[in-house]
Amino acid sequence: MKRIYVEEKWCLGCHLCEYNCAFANSGSDSMVKALKDKLIRPRILVEERNGVCFAVSCRHCTEPLCVKSCISGALSKQDGAIFIDADKCVGCYTCVLACPYGCIMPTEEGPVQKCELCMKNASGAPACVAGCPNRAIVYEER
Amino acid sequence: MKYVIIGNSAAAVGGVEGIRSVDKEGGITLIASEPHHTYSRPLISYLAWGKTDEARMKYRPDDFYEKNGVTALLGCTAVSIDRQTRTVALADGKKAPYDKLLVATGSAPFVPPMEGLETVENKFSFMTLDDARALTAALTPESRVLIVGAGLIGMKCAEGIRHLCGEMTILDLAPRILSAVLDEEGSAFVQRHVEAQGISFRLSDSVARFERHTAHLKSGSAVDFDVLVLAVGVQPNAGLVQDAGGKVARGIVTDERQRTTLEDIYAAGDCTLSHDVTSGQDKILALLPNAYLQGEVAGKNMAGGDAVYDKAIPMNAGGFFGLHIATCGDVHGEDYITREGGSYKRLVVRDGRLVGFILIGDVARAGIYTSLVREQTPLCSIDFELIRSKPQLMAFAADARRKKLGGAV
Repeated sequence: MKRIYVEEKWCLGCHLCEYNCAFANSGSDSMVKALKDKLIRPRILVEERNGVCFAVSCRHCTEPLCVKSCISGALSKQDGAIFIDADKCVGCYTCVLACPYGCIMPTEEGPVQKCELCMKNASGAPACVAGCPNRAIVYEER
Repeated sequence: MKYVIIGNSAAAVGGVEGIRSVDKEGGITLIASEPHHTYSRPLISYLAWGKTDEARMKYRPDDFYEKNGVTALLGCTAVSIDRQTRTVALADGKKAPYDKLLVATGSAPFVPPMEGLETVENKFSFMTLDDARALTAALTPESRVLIVGAGLIGMKCAEGIRHLCGEMTILDLAPRILSAVLDEEGSAFVQRHVEAQGISFRLSDSVARFERHTAHLKSGSAVDFDVLVLAVGVQPNAGLVQDAGGKVARGIVTDERQRTTLEDIYAAGDCTLSHDVTSGQDKILALLPNAYLQGEVAGKNMAGGDAVYDKAIPMNAGGFFGLHIATCGDVHGEDYITREGGSYKRLVVRDGRLVGFILIGDVARAGIYTSLVREQTPLCSIDFELIRSKPQLMAFAADARRKKLGGAV
């Protein structure tokens, strides 16, 4: 299946992917309204240190430890992609403890959030990929 | 191929999904004493708390059995296994024939003999949906609640019902709370937070004698209560396998393919003994992720696949009145402790590997630490100083990062 892959040698560390992710998942049609003066909580995270940077988001593992560890049945795999049902999630964070990539994020509201490849928002395809100015994030079959 | 699964919780569901990942055809019969559709047991405290409801706490969707070709005999108790005729005898006199059998019978509350317990009218365990329903129905805003046991079950119960009752006291024989998953400092940290919710603790103490609404303690003091919750411990439901001649050492003994010592009989979940790779010891790991993973491996092997479960680790995550903890592995080794604001972090290193950790407060990206424990990654292959400060993939070498983020996983 198609996954998001990152090439750290192309990553500029601009964090645009984080903003595009937060906007795509905000439900708002205005980026300004969605993000201005707000603490954004993207589902993709840029790590940077000593000139090295790269973005990390859910790998949609073939053997997803988060799904298998989820105590509520809120995480599920559908056609290869991993989704979170926020209605079912009780925010125990067992998935946070299980994910080897650190890609499931706690939220203030309780349920966790994670990359769903923008399949459940209006964007329809990964917004982080579409907005990456240097093609450091790609969405492809490997 | 005829599959029979005894049980209907995480290990049983893992068994169904494991079987179906290999064999789409063979009939599966699932037998469970409880009449309910599969639900998440650890969610009963969240149910009491109002953070979920009975519809949302179903562990799998309503069409789970139908979609997976499972004949679910719910409300039906398995009473014995007959290896000669390869059948499971049911309480109603019927028999379920099997080619491959999975025992996923879980555990039951352990209630030690306590003098005068029979004089207590309102006493409850806190393991099942029915327990949660009965307990919450018995509570009023004036209820004085005594919980015996400050382990995970007792503490989650406390969180779940705090808003439904008046006074609440938690009693434990151990000198500290959550002693199985936290260290001394961690226990004290969480205890202070929980006490602020109007809950009082009686530690290093136990009940000498119950007398209706009073618990007389060994220390000489007494606690008056209206509702008693017994959360002292659990014991594996290993009787079916033991009676059939299988090896049991408190829990059912299995190999890493989840086979019991009896031919074509597998076991998974809280009823089994696990090999904890972090301590090297065989122990009962009564944890939902462990149960699912064991069940899945059992299911795959029952269906003719070849799967092993050789990375069992203790791991617990959960919140107590908004304070989150995430713990993993063993705590014997060299400590690296960080205290910061509202957080406590202890990493434990032994033989050049991370063998365990305790995180309280900030648990973000804890799974990166868990993977180091599970994979027994040599710490010399990563930047340990960096990862100690916070979990991050930057601490891995560039080629390891490329593999993690650039390859199919």
